[in-house]
Amino acid sequence: MINNDPIIVTEKLTKSFGENVAVNQLTLSVQSGEVFGLLGPNGAGKTTTVRMLAALLIPSGGTARVAGFQVGENDQDIRRKIGLLPESPGLYDSLSAEQNLAFFGSMYGMENIAEQIQKYLELLGLWNRRYESVGTFSKGMRQKLAIARALLHEPDVLFLDEPTSGLDPQASRLVREFIEELRGEGRTIILTTHNLEEADRLCDRVAVISGHLLALDAPGELRRKIFGRKVVFHLREANQSLVKAMEKFPFVSDVQAVDNKILAAVENPEEQNPQLIRALVEGGAEVQFVGELRRRLEDVYLELMGAIEDNNHGKN
Amino acid sequence: MERIKAIIIKEWREVFKNKFVLFTVSFLPLMITALPLVILYVAGSSDGFAGISTADLPPQFEPLCGELGGSDCMLYSIVTQFLLLFMMVPVIVPMTIASYSIVGEKTTRTLEPLLATPVTTVEILVGKGLAGVIPAVLTTWIGYLIYAAGAYLMVSNPAVVSKLFDPLWMIAIFLVGPLLSLMGVSISVMISSRVNDPRVAEQISGIFVLPVVGLFIGQMTGMILVNETFILWLAAALFVLDIILFYFAVQVFQRETILSRWK
Repeated sequence: MINNDPIIVTEKLTKSFGENVAVNQLTLSVQSGEVFGLLGPNGAGKTTTVRMLAALLIPSGGTARVAGFQVGENDQDIRRKIGLLPESPGLYDSLSAEQNLAFFGSMYGMENIAEQIQKYLELLGLWNRRYESVGTFSKGMRQKLAIARALLHEPDVLFLDEPTSGLDPQASRLVREFIEELRGEGRTIILTTHNLEEADRLCDRVAVISGHLLALDAPGELRRKIFGRKVVFHLREANQSLVKAMEKFPFVSDVQAVDNKILAAVENPEEQNPQLIRALVEGGAEVQFVGELRRRLEDVYLELMGAIEDNNHGKN
Repeated sequence: MERIKAIIIKEWREVFKNKFVLFTVSFLPLMITALPLVILYVAGSSDGFAGISTADLPPQFEPLCGELGGSDCMLYSIVTQFLLLFMMVPVIVPMTIASYSIVGEKTTRTLEPLLATPVTTVEILVGKGLAGVIPAVLTTWIGYLIYAAGAYLMVSNPAVVSKLFDPLWMIAIFLVGPLLSLMGVSISVMISSRVNDPRVAEQISGIFVLPVVGLFIGQMTGMILVNETFILWLAAALFVLDIILFYFAVQVFQRETILSRWK
Protein backbone atom coordinates (compact mmCIF):
# COMPACT_ATOMS: atom_id res chain seq x y z
CA MET A 1 0.00 0.00 0.00
CA ILE A 2 3.01 2.27 -0.40
CA ASN A 3 2.35 5.05 -2.86
CA ASN A 4 4.76 7.38 -4.51
CA ASP A 5 3.79 10.53 -2.66
CA PRO A 6 6.55 11.42 -0.23
CA ILE A 7 5.03 12.25 3.15
CA ILE A 8 8.37 13.21 4.68
CA VAL A 9 11.13 14.95 2.78
CA THR A 10 14.31 16.22 4.41
CA GLU A 11 17.01 18.17 2.64
CA LYS A 12 20.37 18.55 4.38
CA LEU A 13 18.58 18.49 7.72
CA THR A 14 21.01 19.46 10.47
CA LYS A 15 20.76 19.85 14.22
CA SER A 16 23.51 21.12 16.48
CA PHE A 17 23.57 21.51 20.25
CA GLY A 18 26.34 24.01 20.78
CA GLU A 19 29.49 22.49 19.26
CA ASN A 20 27.96 19.03 19.00
CA VAL A 21 26.41 18.22 15.62
CA ALA A 22 23.77 15.61 16.40
CA VAL A 23 22.34 15.32 12.88
CA ASN A 24 24.45 16.33 9.92
CA GLN A 25 22.94 17.13 6.51
CA LEU A 26 20.40 14.32 6.47
CA THR A 27 18.62 14.01 3.14
CA LEU A 28 15.90 11.41 2.74
CA SER A 29 12.29 10.94 1.78
CA VAL A 30 9.64 8.61 3.15
CA GLN A 31 6.72 7.49 1.01
CA SER A 32 3.17 7.47 2.25
CA GLY A 33 2.27 4.03 3.66
CA GLU A 34 5.88 3.05 4.18
CA VAL A 35 7.39 1.58 7.34
CA PHE A 36 10.72 3.36 7.52
CA GLY A 37 13.45 2.36 9.94
CA LEU A 38 16.02 4.71 11.43
CA LEU A 39 18.98 2.67 12.62
CA GLY A 40 22.19 3.70 14.28
CA PRO A 41 24.23 3.43 17.46
CA ASN A 42 23.47 5.40 20.64
CA GLY A 43 23.97 9.10 20.00
CA ALA A 44 23.63 8.65 16.23
CA GLY A 45 20.90 11.30 16.08
CA LYS A 46 17.88 9.02 15.66
CA THR A 47 15.81 10.58 18.44
CA THR A 48 16.94 14.07 17.46
CA THR A 49 15.79 13.38 13.89
CA VAL A 50 12.42 12.11 15.12
CA ARG A 51 12.04 15.15 17.40
CA MET A 52 12.78 17.51 14.53
CA LEU A 53 10.27 15.75 12.28
CA ALA A 54 7.71 15.83 15.12
CA ALA A 55 8.21 19.62 15.32
CA LEU A 56 9.65 19.36 18.82
CA LEU A 57 13.11 20.63 17.93
CA ILE A 58 13.93 23.42 15.52
CA PRO A 59 16.46 22.37 12.85
CA SER A 60 19.77 24.25 12.87
CA GLY A 61 20.03 23.90 9.11
CA GLY A 62 18.40 22.35 6.05
CA THR A 63 14.70 21.77 5.60
CA ALA A 64 12.09 19.14 6.40
CA ARG A 65 8.50 18.75 5.22
CA VAL A 66 6.11 16.47 7.06
CA ALA A 67 2.62 15.74 5.71
CA GLY A 68 2.96 18.77 3.44
CA PHE A 69 4.03 21.20 6.16
CA GLN A 70 7.39 22.83 6.73
CA VAL A 71 9.13 22.05 10.03
CA GLY A 72 9.83 25.30 11.88
CA GLU A 73 7.08 27.17 10.04
CA ASN A 74 3.88 25.11 10.36
CA ASP A 75 4.67 23.26 13.57
CA GLN A 76 1.10 23.30 14.90
CA ASP A 77 -0.16 21.74 11.65
CA ILE A 78 2.55 19.08 11.79
CA ARG A 79 1.65 18.18 15.39
CA ARG A 80 -1.96 17.63 14.31
CA LYS A 81 -0.82 15.21 11.61
CA ILE A 82 1.63 13.09 13.56
CA GLY A 83 1.52 10.64 16.44
CA LEU A 84 4.55 10.12 18.65
CA LEU A 85 5.61 7.26 20.87
CA PRO A 86 8.68 8.63 22.64
CA GLU A 87 11.51 6.53 24.05
CA SER A 88 9.80 6.60 27.44
CA PRO A 89 6.00 6.03 27.34
CA GLY A 90 5.37 9.24 29.31
CA LEU A 91 2.01 8.40 30.85
CA TYR A 92 0.35 9.95 33.89
CA ASP A 93 0.66 7.21 36.50
CA SER A 94 -2.04 8.47 38.85
CA LEU A 95 -4.60 8.68 36.04
CA SER A 96 -6.47 5.69 34.64
CA ALA A 97 -5.83 4.39 31.12
CA GLU A 98 -9.05 6.02 29.96
CA GLN A 99 -8.25 9.35 31.62
CA ASN A 100 -4.79 9.37 30.02
CA LEU A 101 -6.25 8.87 26.55
CA ALA A 102 -9.12 11.30 27.15
CA PHE A 103 -6.65 13.99 28.17
CA PHE A 104 -4.55 13.58 25.04
CA GLY A 105 -7.70 13.37 22.91
CA SER A 106 -8.68 16.80 24.27
CA MET A 107 -5.28 18.16 23.30
CA TYR A 108 -6.07 17.22 19.69
CA GLY A 109 -9.52 18.79 19.94
CA MET A 110 -11.13 15.45 19.07
CA GLU A 111 -14.90 15.17 19.10
CA ASN A 112 -15.13 11.37 19.01
CA ILE A 113 -12.78 10.74 21.90
CA ALA A 114 -14.89 8.05 23.61
CA GLU A 115 -15.23 5.96 20.43
CA GLN A 116 -11.54 6.23 19.63
CA ILE A 117 -10.57 5.29 23.18
CA GLN A 118 -12.79 2.21 23.01
CA LYS A 119 -11.44 1.29 19.55
CA TYR A 120 -7.78 1.34 20.55
CA LEU A 121 -8.15 -0.03 24.07
CA GLU A 122 -10.08 -2.99 22.66
CA LEU A 123 -7.58 -3.44 19.85
CA LEU A 124 -4.71 -3.51 22.32
CA GLY A 125 -6.48 -5.66 24.90
CA LEU A 126 -6.69 -2.96 27.58
CA TRP A 127 -10.42 -2.23 27.52
CA ASN A 128 -11.16 -4.24 30.65
CA ARG A 129 -8.52 -2.33 32.57
CA ARG A 130 -9.52 1.12 31.38
CA TYR A 131 -10.46 2.40 34.84
CA GLU A 132 -7.25 1.19 36.48
CA SER A 133 -4.47 3.55 37.40
CA VAL A 134 -1.63 3.40 34.86
CA GLY A 135 0.83 3.20 37.76
CA THR A 136 -0.31 -0.41 38.27
CA PHE A 137 0.36 -1.40 34.64
CA SER A 138 3.25 -3.60 33.48
CA LYS A 139 5.86 -2.19 31.09
CA GLY A 140 4.23 -3.93 28.15
CA MET A 141 0.78 -2.58 29.01
CA ARG A 142 2.15 0.93 29.40
CA GLN A 143 3.85 0.69 26.04
CA LYS A 144 0.63 -0.50 24.41
CA LEU A 145 -1.27 2.36 26.02
CA ALA A 146 1.33 4.82 24.78
CA ILE A 147 0.89 3.41 21.27
CA ALA A 148 -2.89 3.83 21.63
CA ARG A 149 -2.29 7.44 22.65
CA ALA A 150 -0.13 8.03 19.57
CA LEU A 151 -2.84 6.57 17.31
CA LEU A 152 -5.89 8.09 18.98
CA HIS A 153 -6.28 11.00 16.54
CA GLU A 154 -5.54 8.81 13.49
CA PRO A 155 -2.31 10.55 12.50
CA ASP A 156 -0.90 10.53 8.96
CA VAL A 157 2.56 9.68 10.27
CA LEU A 158 3.39 7.62 13.32
CA PHE A 159 6.79 7.98 14.98
CA LEU A 160 7.79 5.03 17.16
CA ASP A 161 11.01 5.64 19.06
CA GLU A 162 12.37 2.33 20.36
CA PRO A 163 8.90 0.78 20.77
CA THR A 164 10.15 -2.54 22.15
CA SER A 165 13.04 -1.23 24.22
CA GLY A 166 13.07 -2.66 27.75
CA LEU A 167 10.13 -5.00 27.11
CA ASP A 168 10.18 -8.70 27.85
CA PRO A 169 10.09 -11.03 24.79
CA GLN A 170 6.34 -11.62 25.11
CA ALA A 171 5.50 -7.91 25.34
CA SER A 172 7.95 -7.13 22.52
CA ARG A 173 6.22 -9.67 20.37
CA LEU A 174 2.79 -8.17 21.08
CA VAL A 175 4.03 -4.70 20.18
CA ARG A 176 5.72 -5.98 17.02
CA GLU A 177 2.58 -7.80 15.95
CA PHE A 178 0.58 -4.64 16.45
CA ILE A 179 3.05 -2.68 14.32
CA GLU A 180 2.66 -5.34 11.64
CA GLU A 181 -1.11 -4.84 11.82
CA LEU A 182 -0.65 -1.10 11.40
CA ARG A 183 1.64 -1.77 8.47
CA GLY A 184 -1.11 -3.86 6.92
CA GLU A 185 -3.46 -0.90 7.25
CA GLY A 186 -1.07 1.15 5.12
CA ARG A 187 0.03 3.59 7.80
CA THR A 188 3.24 5.55 7.48
CA ILE A 189 5.48 4.58 10.36
CA ILE A 190 8.92 5.88 11.25
CA LEU A 191 10.56 3.35 13.51
CA THR A 192 13.78 3.86 15.39
CA THR A 193 15.20 0.73 16.92
CA HIS A 194 18.33 -1.05 18.04
CA ASN A 195 16.66 -4.35 17.34
CA LEU A 196 17.88 -5.08 13.81
CA GLU A 197 15.88 -8.25 13.45
CA GLU A 198 12.78 -6.19 14.23
CA ALA A 199 13.75 -3.58 11.64
CA ASP A 200 14.44 -6.30 9.06
CA ARG A 201 11.04 -7.82 9.66
CA LEU A 202 8.98 -4.65 9.85
CA CYS A 203 10.61 -2.02 7.66
CA ASP A 204 10.14 -1.48 3.94
CA ARG A 205 13.27 0.66 3.93
CA VAL A 206 15.88 1.57 6.49
CA ALA A 207 18.27 4.46 6.89
CA VAL A 208 21.46 3.72 8.81
CA ILE A 209 22.70 6.92 10.38
CA SER A 210 25.57 7.95 12.58
CA GLY A 211 25.18 11.71 12.69
CA HIS A 212 25.01 11.60 8.91
CA LEU A 213 23.37 9.14 6.52
CA LEU A 214 25.44 5.98 5.95
CA ALA A 215 23.04 3.91 3.89
CA LEU A 216 19.42 4.03 2.78
CA ASP A 217 17.50 1.29 1.06
CA ALA A 218 15.27 -1.75 1.55
CA PRO A 219 16.93 -4.24 3.93
CA GLY A 220 17.28 -6.80 1.13
CA GLU A 221 18.85 -4.28 -1.22
CA LEU A 222 21.32 -3.20 1.45
CA ARG A 223 22.33 -6.82 1.92
CA ARG A 224 22.86 -7.22 -1.81
CA LYS A 225 24.77 -3.96 -2.14
CA ILE A 226 27.14 -4.78 0.67
CA PHE A 227 27.52 -8.52 0.47
CA GLY A 228 26.26 -9.37 -3.01
CA ARG A 229 24.03 -12.46 -3.47
CA LYS A 230 25.45 -15.73 -2.34
CA VAL A 231 24.00 -19.05 -3.40
CA VAL A 232 24.55 -22.28 -1.45
CA PHE A 233 24.54 -25.55 -3.35
CA HIS A 234 24.05 -28.51 -1.03
CA LEU A 235 25.66 -31.56 -2.64
CA ARG A 236 26.13 -35.16 -1.61
CA GLU A 237 29.85 -34.46 -1.87
CA ALA A 238 31.73 -31.24 -2.75
CA ASN A 239 35.21 -31.18 -4.26
CA GLN A 240 37.67 -28.76 -5.88
CA SER A 241 36.89 -29.87 -9.46
CA LEU A 242 33.31 -28.70 -8.94
CA VAL A 243 34.62 -25.39 -7.60
CA LYS A 244 36.73 -24.96 -10.73
CA ALA A 245 33.73 -25.81 -12.92
CA MET A 246 31.78 -23.01 -11.25
CA GLU A 247 34.61 -20.48 -11.53
CA LYS A 248 34.51 -20.73 -15.34
CA PHE A 249 31.32 -18.66 -15.40
CA PRO A 250 31.99 -14.90 -15.66
CA PHE A 251 29.00 -13.99 -13.49
CA VAL A 252 30.23 -16.13 -10.59
CA SER A 253 32.80 -15.03 -8.02
CA ASP A 254 34.09 -15.97 -4.58
CA VAL A 255 33.46 -19.74 -4.94
CA GLN A 256 34.24 -21.85 -1.88
CA ALA A 257 33.70 -25.48 -0.92
CA VAL A 258 32.70 -25.89 2.70
CA ASP A 259 31.90 -29.43 3.90
CA ASN A 260 29.37 -30.78 1.43
CA LYS A 261 28.37 -27.29 0.23
CA ILE A 262 29.56 -24.95 -2.47
CA LEU A 263 29.05 -21.25 -1.83
CA ALA A 264 29.24 -18.77 -4.70
CA ALA A 265 28.47 -15.10 -5.25
CA VAL A 266 26.10 -14.95 -8.21
CA GLU A 267 25.05 -11.74 -9.96
CA ASN A 268 21.52 -12.82 -10.85
CA PRO A 269 20.61 -16.15 -9.20
CA GLU A 270 17.09 -16.27 -10.68
CA GLU A 271 18.52 -16.29 -14.23
CA GLN A 272 21.89 -17.94 -13.70
CA ASN A 273 21.25 -20.72 -11.16
CA PRO A 274 19.90 -23.24 -13.77
CA GLN A 275 23.17 -22.98 -15.77
CA LEU A 276 25.18 -23.53 -12.60
CA ILE A 277 23.12 -26.53 -11.50
CA ARG A 278 23.52 -28.03 -14.99
CA ALA A 279 27.30 -27.55 -14.80
CA LEU A 280 27.44 -29.15 -11.38
CA VAL A 281 25.41 -32.16 -12.50
CA GLU A 282 27.56 -32.51 -15.63
CA GLY A 283 30.62 -32.42 -13.36
CA GLY A 284 29.23 -35.43 -11.46
CA ALA A 285 27.67 -33.64 -8.49
CA GLU A 286 24.45 -34.81 -6.88
CA VAL A 287 22.53 -31.61 -6.03
CA GLN A 288 20.35 -31.96 -2.93
CA PHE A 289 19.18 -28.39 -2.29
CA VAL A 290 19.87 -24.91 -3.62
CA GLY A 291 19.28 -21.79 -1.55
CA GLU A 292 20.36 -18.22 -1.06
CA LEU A 293 22.71 -17.46 1.82
CA ARG A 294 20.66 -14.92 3.70
CA ARG A 295 22.69 -12.26 5.47
CA ARG A 296 21.07 -10.60 8.43
CA LEU A 297 20.50 -6.87 8.58
CA GLU A 298 22.76 -7.00 11.61
CA ASP A 299 25.65 -8.05 9.34
CA VAL A 300 24.94 -5.05 7.09
CA TYR A 301 24.79 -2.75 10.08
CA LEU A 302 28.01 -4.08 11.60
CA GLU A 303 29.74 -3.84 8.25
CA LEU A 304 28.71 -0.18 7.94
CA MET A 305 29.72 0.61 11.51
CA GLY A 306 33.02 -1.23 10.99
CA ALA A 307 33.68 0.90 7.92
CA ILE A 308 33.15 4.04 10.00
CA GLU A 309 35.53 2.80 12.70
CA ASP A 310 38.16 1.92 10.08
CA ASN A 311 37.70 5.36 8.57
CA ASN A 312 38.12 7.01 11.97
CA HIS A 313 41.24 4.93 12.72
CA GLY A 314 42.62 5.89 9.31
CA LYS A 315 42.11 9.57 10.10
CA ASN A 316 43.82 9.21 13.46
CA MET B 1 -10.55 26.77 25.99
CA GLU B 2 -11.28 23.02 25.97
CA ARG B 3 -7.57 22.27 26.16
CA ILE B 4 -7.11 24.60 29.13
CA LYS B 5 -10.07 22.97 30.88
CA ALA B 6 -8.64 19.49 30.19
CA ILE B 7 -5.24 20.54 31.57
CA ILE B 8 -6.81 21.96 34.75
CA ILE B 9 -8.81 18.78 35.39
CA LYS B 10 -5.79 16.58 34.66
CA GLU B 11 -3.61 18.65 37.00
CA TRP B 12 -6.10 18.37 39.83
CA ARG B 13 -6.44 14.62 39.34
CA GLU B 14 -2.68 14.28 39.46
CA VAL B 15 -1.55 16.87 41.96
CA PHE B 16 -4.11 16.18 44.67
CA LYS B 17 -3.05 12.53 44.74
CA ASN B 18 0.32 13.77 45.99
CA LYS B 19 0.05 13.73 49.78
CA PHE B 20 2.71 16.39 50.29
CA VAL B 21 0.91 18.81 47.99
CA LEU B 22 -2.42 18.01 49.59
CA PHE B 23 -0.94 18.67 53.02
CA THR B 24 0.54 22.03 51.97
CA VAL B 25 -2.63 23.11 50.24
CA SER B 26 -4.90 22.24 53.16
CA PHE B 27 -2.72 22.72 56.25
CA LEU B 28 -1.49 26.27 55.60
CA PRO B 29 -4.93 27.83 54.99
CA LEU B 30 -6.30 25.90 57.95
CA MET B 31 -3.57 27.22 60.22
CA ILE B 32 -3.84 30.78 58.95
CA THR B 33 -7.59 30.70 59.56
CA ALA B 34 -7.37 29.06 62.98
CA LEU B 35 -4.56 31.20 64.42
CA PRO B 36 -6.36 34.59 64.37
CA LEU B 37 -9.53 32.94 65.64
CA VAL B 38 -7.66 31.56 68.64
CA ILE B 39 -6.12 34.99 69.31
CA LEU B 40 -9.51 36.66 68.99
CA TYR B 41 -10.98 34.12 71.38
CA VAL B 42 -8.23 34.73 73.93
CA ALA B 43 -8.50 38.53 73.54
CA GLY B 44 -12.29 38.41 73.78
CA SER B 45 -12.31 36.27 76.92
CA SER B 46 -9.95 38.58 78.83
CA ASP B 47 -10.45 42.19 79.82
CA GLY B 48 -6.96 43.17 78.72
CA PHE B 49 -8.21 45.90 76.35
CA ALA B 50 -10.82 47.37 78.69
CA GLY B 51 -8.85 50.44 79.77
CA ILE B 52 -7.34 51.29 76.38
CA SER B 53 -8.26 54.65 74.89
CA THR B 54 -7.57 55.89 71.33
CA ALA B 55 -4.78 58.06 72.73
CA ASP B 56 -2.92 54.89 73.79
CA LEU B 57 -2.85 53.57 70.24
CA PRO B 58 -0.26 54.41 67.55
CA PRO B 59 -1.43 57.46 65.51
CA GLN B 60 -1.65 55.47 62.25
CA PHE B 61 -4.55 53.41 63.68
CA GLU B 62 -6.76 56.47 63.92
CA PRO B 63 -7.80 56.70 60.26
CA LEU B 64 -8.21 52.93 60.19
CA CYS B 65 -10.52 52.73 63.19
CA GLY B 66 -12.82 55.65 62.41
CA GLU B 67 -15.57 55.86 65.00
CA LEU B 68 -14.40 52.86 67.04
CA GLY B 69 -13.39 53.37 70.66
CA GLY B 70 -9.96 52.53 72.10
CA SER B 71 -10.54 48.87 73.05
CA ASP B 72 -12.51 48.13 69.86
CA CYS B 73 -9.85 49.86 67.78
CA MET B 74 -7.23 47.68 69.46
CA LEU B 75 -9.30 44.60 68.68
CA TYR B 76 -9.79 45.72 65.09
CA SER B 77 -6.06 46.37 64.70
CA ILE B 78 -5.46 42.75 65.77
CA VAL B 79 -8.11 41.57 63.32
CA THR B 80 -6.45 43.55 60.54
CA GLN B 81 -2.96 42.23 61.33
CA PHE B 82 -4.10 38.91 59.93
CA LEU B 83 -5.21 40.38 56.65
CA LEU B 84 -1.67 40.12 55.28
CA LEU B 85 -1.33 36.66 56.74
CA PHE B 86 -4.31 35.68 54.59
CA MET B 87 -2.44 37.09 51.61
CA MET B 88 0.22 34.42 52.04
CA VAL B 89 -2.23 31.63 51.20
CA PRO B 90 -2.79 32.63 47.56
CA VAL B 91 0.98 32.91 47.05
CA ILE B 92 2.16 29.69 48.69
CA VAL B 93 -0.59 27.28 47.59
CA PRO B 94 -0.26 27.82 43.80
CA MET B 95 3.53 27.82 44.09
CA THR B 96 3.41 24.31 45.53
CA ILE B 97 0.95 23.08 42.91
CA ALA B 98 2.70 24.73 39.95
CA SER B 99 6.14 23.57 41.08
CA TYR B 100 4.97 19.97 41.19
CA SER B 101 2.91 20.12 38.02
CA ILE B 102 5.65 21.35 35.69
CA VAL B 103 8.71 19.67 37.19
CA GLY B 104 6.58 16.56 37.63
CA GLU B 105 5.96 16.48 33.86
CA LYS B 106 9.70 16.62 33.37
CA THR B 107 10.59 13.86 35.81
CA THR B 108 7.89 11.48 34.61
CA ARG B 109 8.74 12.26 30.97
CA THR B 110 5.16 13.19 30.15
CA LEU B 111 6.10 16.57 28.74
CA GLU B 112 7.41 15.20 25.44
CA PRO B 113 4.15 13.54 24.33
CA LEU B 114 2.27 16.59 25.57
CA LEU B 115 4.46 18.97 23.57
CA ALA B 116 4.01 16.73 20.52
CA THR B 117 0.29 17.61 20.49
CA PRO B 118 -1.07 20.87 19.00
CA VAL B 119 -1.37 22.45 22.46
CA THR B 120 0.29 25.88 22.64
CA THR B 121 2.72 27.07 25.31
CA VAL B 122 0.22 29.69 26.47
CA GLU B 123 -2.49 27.02 26.83
CA ILE B 124 -0.15 24.81 28.88
CA LEU B 125 0.88 27.65 31.16
CA VAL B 126 -2.62 29.08 31.57
CA GLY B 127 -4.00 25.59 32.30
CA LYS B 128 -1.31 24.76 34.80
CA GLY B 129 -1.44 28.23 36.28
CA LEU B 130 -5.19 28.17 36.79
CA ALA B 131 -4.93 24.68 38.27
CA GLY B 132 -2.87 26.33 41.01
CA VAL B 133 -4.67 29.67 41.23
CA ILE B 134 -8.23 28.35 41.51
CA PRO B 135 -7.75 26.17 44.62
CA ALA B 136 -5.52 28.84 46.16
CA VAL B 137 -8.09 31.60 45.69
CA LEU B 138 -10.94 29.36 46.80
CA THR B 139 -9.13 28.29 49.98
CA THR B 140 -8.32 31.95 50.71
CA TRP B 141 -11.96 32.94 50.29
CA ILE B 142 -13.22 30.00 52.34
CA GLY B 143 -10.66 30.79 55.06
CA TYR B 144 -11.74 34.42 55.06
CA LEU B 145 -15.42 33.49 55.36
CA ILE B 146 -14.64 31.12 58.27
CA TYR B 147 -12.58 33.86 59.91
CA ALA B 148 -15.37 36.43 59.43
CA ALA B 149 -17.95 33.98 60.84
CA GLY B 150 -15.69 33.23 63.82
CA ALA B 151 -15.11 36.93 64.45
CA TYR B 152 -18.88 37.52 64.30
CA LEU B 153 -19.36 34.91 67.02
CA MET B 154 -16.46 36.03 69.21
CA VAL B 155 -16.38 39.83 68.91
CA SER B 156 -19.23 41.52 70.75
CA ASN B 157 -19.14 44.87 68.94
CA PRO B 158 -20.82 44.52 65.52
CA ALA B 159 -18.98 47.64 64.35
CA VAL B 160 -15.68 45.77 64.61
CA VAL B 161 -17.06 42.75 62.75
CA SER B 162 -18.55 44.91 60.02
CA LYS B 163 -15.05 46.28 59.41
CA LEU B 164 -14.13 42.84 58.09
CA PHE B 165 -16.43 43.56 55.16
CA ASP B 166 -15.19 47.05 54.40
CA PRO B 167 -13.55 47.89 51.02
CA LEU B 168 -10.05 47.31 52.43
CA TRP B 169 -10.79 43.64 53.13
CA MET B 170 -12.89 43.17 50.01
CA ILE B 171 -10.13 44.51 47.74
CA ALA B 172 -7.49 42.53 49.63
CA ILE B 173 -9.33 39.21 49.57
CA PHE B 174 -11.12 39.36 46.23
CA LEU B 175 -8.62 41.32 44.10
CA VAL B 176 -5.16 41.28 45.67
CA GLY B 177 -5.48 37.57 46.58
CA PRO B 178 -6.01 36.36 42.99
CA LEU B 179 -3.34 38.78 41.72
CA LEU B 180 -0.87 37.44 44.26
CA SER B 181 -1.79 33.92 43.18
CA LEU B 182 -1.03 34.74 39.57
CA MET B 183 2.29 36.18 40.66
CA GLY B 184 3.13 33.00 42.60
CA VAL B 185 2.25 30.80 39.64
CA SER B 186 4.26 32.82 37.12
CA ILE B 187 7.31 32.73 39.38
CA SER B 188 6.92 28.98 39.92
CA VAL B 189 6.56 28.37 36.19
CA MET B 190 9.73 30.29 35.47
CA ILE B 191 11.68 28.42 38.14
CA SER B 192 10.16 25.03 37.26
CA SER B 193 11.18 25.47 33.63
CA ARG B 194 14.81 25.65 34.75
CA VAL B 195 15.11 22.99 37.46
CA ASN B 196 14.53 19.25 37.59
CA ASP B 197 13.39 18.72 41.17
CA PRO B 198 10.01 19.93 42.45
CA ARG B 199 11.44 20.50 45.94
CA VAL B 200 14.14 22.79 44.54
CA ALA B 201 11.50 24.66 42.55
CA GLU B 202 9.36 25.06 45.63
CA GLN B 203 12.24 26.19 47.81
CA ILE B 204 13.39 28.81 45.32
CA SER B 205 9.79 29.93 44.78
CA GLY B 206 9.44 30.22 48.56
CA ILE B 207 11.87 33.13 48.54
CA PHE B 208 9.22 35.16 46.74
CA VAL B 209 6.87 34.87 49.74
CA LEU B 210 9.31 37.03 51.69
CA PRO B 211 7.91 40.39 50.44
CA VAL B 212 4.49 39.40 51.83
CA VAL B 213 6.11 38.36 55.11
CA GLY B 214 7.95 41.71 55.09
CA LEU B 215 4.66 43.55 54.68
CA PHE B 216 3.21 41.56 57.58
CA ILE B 217 6.15 42.44 59.83
CA GLY B 218 6.03 46.08 58.65
CA GLN B 219 2.40 46.29 59.58
CA MET B 220 2.92 44.58 62.95
CA THR B 221 5.70 47.00 63.85
CA GLY B 222 3.69 49.97 62.64
CA MET B 223 6.15 50.81 59.86
CA ILE B 224 3.54 50.21 57.17
CA LEU B 225 -0.12 51.07 57.43
CA VAL B 226 -2.26 48.78 55.33
CA ASN B 227 -5.19 50.96 54.39
CA GLU B 228 -7.40 51.25 51.30
CA THR B 229 -4.96 53.50 49.42
CA PHE B 230 -2.09 51.12 50.09
CA ILE B 231 -4.04 48.05 49.04
CA LEU B 232 -5.25 49.73 45.83
CA TRP B 233 -1.70 50.69 44.91
CA LEU B 234 -0.62 47.15 45.71
CA ALA B 235 -3.37 45.76 43.44
CA ALA B 236 -2.34 48.06 40.58
CA ALA B 237 1.32 47.16 40.99
CA LEU B 238 0.52 43.44 41.10
CA PHE B 239 -1.64 43.72 37.98
CA VAL B 240 1.27 45.19 36.01
CA LEU B 241 3.74 42.76 37.59
CA ASP B 242 1.54 39.77 36.72
CA ILE B 243 1.42 40.75 33.05
CA ILE B 244 5.21 41.15 32.97
CA LEU B 245 5.81 37.91 34.88
CA PHE B 246 3.45 35.88 32.68
CA TYR B 247 5.16 37.26 29.57
CA PHE B 248 8.52 36.15 30.95
CA ALA B 249 7.11 32.78 32.04
CA VAL B 250 6.07 32.12 28.42
CA GLN B 251 9.49 33.23 27.19
CA VAL B 252 11.34 31.07 29.71
CA PHE B 253 9.25 27.99 28.85
CA GLN B 254 11.47 27.02 25.91
CA ARG B 255 10.11 23.74 24.60
CA GLU B 256 13.36 22.79 22.91
CA THR B 257 15.57 23.60 25.91
CA ILE B 258 13.27 21.73 28.29
CA LEU B 259 13.24 18.65 26.03
CA SER B 260 16.91 18.55 25.18
CA ARG B 261 18.40 19.52 28.54
CA TRP B 262 16.39 17.52 31.02
CA LYS B 263 18.28 14.77 32.78
